[in-house]
Amino acid sequence: MRKLGVGRTVAWVMLFILLIVTLFPFYWMLRTAFSDNTQLPGHPNSLLPVETTLGAFKRVLGLSTIEEAQAQGGSGAAVNFWLYLRNSLVVATITTVCQVFFSAMAAYAFARLRWPGRDKVFALFLAALMVPPIFTTLPNFVLIKNLGLLNSFAGIILPGAFMTPFAIFFLRQFFLGINRELEEAAMIDGAGHRRIFFGLIIPMSAAPIATLAILTYINSWNDYFWPLLVGQQENVRVLTVALGVFRSQTPQGGPDWAGLMAATLIAALPMIILFLAFAKRITNSIGFSGIK
Amino acid sequence: MIFIAPATLGFVVFYIWPTLRGAYLSFTEYSLLEAPKFNGLANYERMVQDSFFWNALGVTVEYVVINIGVQTVLAVGIAMLMYRLTKSITVRAIVLAPYLVANVVVALVWYWMLDVQVGVVNTFLGWVGIDPVAFFGDSHWAIPTVAGINVWRHMGYTALLVFAGLQTIPSYVYEAAEVDGSTEWKTFWRITLPLLRPVLVMVLVVTMIGSFQIFDTVAVTTQGGPINATRVIYYYIYERAFTRFDFGYASAMALVLFAILAVVSLLQLRLLRAKESDLA
Repeated sequence: MRKLGVGRTVAWVMLFILLIVTLFPFYWMLRTAFSDNTQLPGHPNSLLPVETTLGAFKRVLGLSTIEEAQAQGGSGAAVNFWLYLRNSLVVATITTVCQVFFSAMAAYAFARLRWPGRDKVFALFLAALMVPPIFTTLPNFVLIKNLGLLNSFAGIILPGAFMTPFAIFFLRQFFLGINRELEEAAMIDGAGHRRIFFGLIIPMSAAPIATLAILTYINSWNDYFWPLLVGQQENVRVLTVALGVFRSQTPQGGPDWAGLMAATLIAALPMIILFLAFAKRITNSIGFSGIK
Repeated sequence: MIFIAPATLGFVVFYIWPTLRGAYLSFTEYSLLEAPKFNGLANYERMVQDSFFWNALGVTVEYVVINIGVQTVLAVGIAMLMYRLTKSITVRAIVLAPYLVANVVVALVWYWMLDVQVGVVNTFLGWVGIDPVAFFGDSHWAIPTVAGINVWRHMGYTALLVFAGLQTIPSYVYEAAEVDGSTEWKTFWRITLPLLRPVLVMVLVVTMIGSFQIFDTVAVTTQGGPINATRVIYYYIYERAFTRFDFGYASAMALVLFAILAVVSLLQLRLLRAKESDLA
């Protein structure tokens, strides 16, 4: 260790400030969610929850009566974040499983199988990364509408279920790095591509596949634009969309801040838990996945 | 062949086909209710004269400049801090955390913290003698506010990308600089930054493409207001398509946005010579 000079002290202080700036909003979300909404305006700078209560959570989970909700500054409108939580789980889970599996199959075909035009098709897949989502979103909306899939899970999930160019690109890099000799040995033993893929490639790339799955899950969970367009109805409404609706329903003048923060916490918590569980893996994946 | 079938199906149906269809729709009048009617370049002529379109473009550019400018400087700073002070994975994880929370969540938390009457940020400002600022309600503050919120969400992620780039710089160049008596400040400007250039350019291209597509934050907070001050191009296209059912015109604007992004990315790669490293 070098000596702690003035420069290094200043640097440590700056890093410390950065961590506070990063963490404070999370804390404030927590502090507000456990507060009584009617008491919030009177104590804007209290660091602890104001009149600690679980009321806000009960309210947004649809567990309190209208009178109870209104007494604590809620709007009294029926909200049920259990339902939205379930919808988000359904959408993110199916999207992740399908997208990662199909992308892995394609990545294997691009990395190992020989077929005419392979590299050209791969280049075309990569070129799709350049197209801004809104450009394909408009016609995709028309397609989903014409298929009669508006306000259905299928409509929300389908466009992302088969592949993303990024997922294929990401996995292909890993498959290319797998030792060929093992595959050749398996092939001599009479294993077909299917057995090699399931018995060899997938187990050997478990780590990158898991990383990709986690990132896909988080992205899918956090997506707002597409579900906003095709999944407005309550029975398929995901958390992000529900938050937007909840915020616009909030009474003018005295918004239900505690309820809103309780709802955002419910939306963010599964991702925070996922992150805490896999922090090292996710953090280390940033760097080569983003650029290379 | 079975391996590539599902991905190809998805690619053709949800990428290739909509790209072609979107290009076609941009030359039509289409309200979703009846079949698209070809109207030549009418959408593009209309765009040239549409003051809302130019306003949206201007607002978006203002957003991108503030967002990318502040974010890139902070990210390089944070990356340097982490690089010189600590390799701790905990610090890196905390710095990354905001990026993993949904845009919508981040937007709402800040919407609450920046509230003009009871927001905690205005309370802090009051302690140092600054009057409350209507961060979202004042048309001069709205775009910088939205840009700042997204800087908060993305700076850690961007810093980790830069951090990864810093680790590719071989230690012997630093040792040589130290032997020559270079100060830390000089080393940063003369050695670190130039050697970081290829990584920085890629980071700039990727973050800028993302930045042009700002939507979520605006959609849940200001919804384009106050008085068009935050009606960014993505939000304007969304409004045209989904509240006015003006799909042809919206597609034309989306195509123009596509072209702008392509040109901006290519220019950046060219001007900043992304492919060459000074290390060779």
